Amino acid sequence: MARFDSLLDSLGDTPLIGLPRLSPTDDVRLWAKMEDHNPTGSIKDRAAFWMVQAAEKDGVLQPGATILEPTSGNTGISLAMVAKLRGYRLICVMPENTSTERRQLLQMYGAEIVFSPAAGGSNQAVAVAKEMAAAHPDWVMLYQYGNPANVAAHYETTGPELLRDLPSITHFVAGLGTTGTLMGTGRYLREHVPGVQVIAAEPRYGELVYGLRNIDEGFVPELYDAGVLTARFSVGPREALRRTRELVEKEGIFAGISTGAILHTAIAAAERAVAAGERADIALVVPDAGWKYLSTGAYGGTLAEAEQALDGQLWA
Amino acid sequence: MAIEVRIPTILRSYTGGSKAVEAEGGSLAALIDDLDSRHPGLKARLVTGDGALHRFVNVYVNDEDVRFTGALDTALKDGDAVTILPAVAGGSRSGGGTSRGGGL
Repeated sequence: MARFDSLLDSLGDTPLIGLPRLSPTDDVRLWAKMEDHNPTGSIKDRAAFWMVQAAEKDGVLQPGATILEPTSGNTGISLAMVAKLRGYRLICVMPENTSTERRQLLQMYGAEIVFSPAAGGSNQAVAVAKEMAAAHPDWVMLYQYGNPANVAAHYETTGPELLRDLPSITHFVAGLGTTGTLMGTGRYLREHVPGVQVIAAEPRYGELVYGLRNIDEGFVPELYDAGVLTARFSVGPREALRRTRELVEKEGIFAGISTGAILHTAIAAAERAVAAGERADIALVVPDAGWKYLSTGAYGGTLAEAEQALDGQLWA
Repeated sequence: MAIEVRIPTILRSYTGGSKAVEAEGGSLAALIDDLDSRHPGLKARLVTGDGALHRFVNVYVNDEDVRFTGALDTALKDGDAVTILPAVAGGSRSGGGTSRGGGL
């Protein structure tokens, strides 16, 4: 059934697409979960809608309420869409110098933007949002890093969709940010697939992003439970860019840069399975398409030029 | 045996500003002891009094998080690359940075 009563009704149930040219053998296969097929074109639509629905059900979100969220990324755009359709005001706290595409998309949906210092990346946005929330008790901070509904969205939808479409799944690979995708999908798969591997691909940014004053200013999302994962890999911009381009060249899929980091990690898992002589069906998440990243220069010029252009940016 | 250790900005006061230093050790624990002998004070920033990795410190051996490979007991061999990073919030994007070292 591909007919829906409204945009939000069309959320989720995204296609799982085989990657025959990137899969090393017939026994070790890669599958891409195409989250760009969601209403605003990213996986964050799931978390945003689930968080709003949960807050409405709990009575926290009343008609006309103001939502506050630390995000410069896809969650902000997803929340802006849901807020517009449900009649809420949205204020996004995001690091300054954020890309034009982000700002334009948020403003198009009617969200207000408060900027936080670029140094320290999203840590600063989280800190500023928490201060603002304390000063405005009537505002509702959904707080994607600690909201169980973020995990529930993936436990209730992404996980079951994957198992339905790929019952022989052996590995699940996704990006690590709020950790919601990995915690929710990972928990569901672990409960239903004995021995399944749940692997995190963590983007490694330029130094500016790690520019804390003190180690104790570090941040681990409240949702994170290391026990759900079986492995966690750090992927730098060079590999992420190389794989993002490889995905276009070999499979025709135009994805965002975080997909490259996830694909890099998934291909490494595939190579380990081949070396071990094991069968594998590896599902990897494509969080969004490449449109919002065109201005970064990621898709043109040499890899070195693209890497330089990405330096200092939170590219995933 | 020499292992390259990448040091984050926030800890370079211990390495005289060096982004990467060399150290030796057959395990991560031994490597950190060796690092501390060359750069005194560094160990206390990485390992808690209880002998565990600091909550906000992530250590990767050849890009894999050591918390999934035995933590401080993770075995090391010549040519391994160790990266130390503070834990930060991700999942969003900003631009306009002036720093170098995207590969760190």
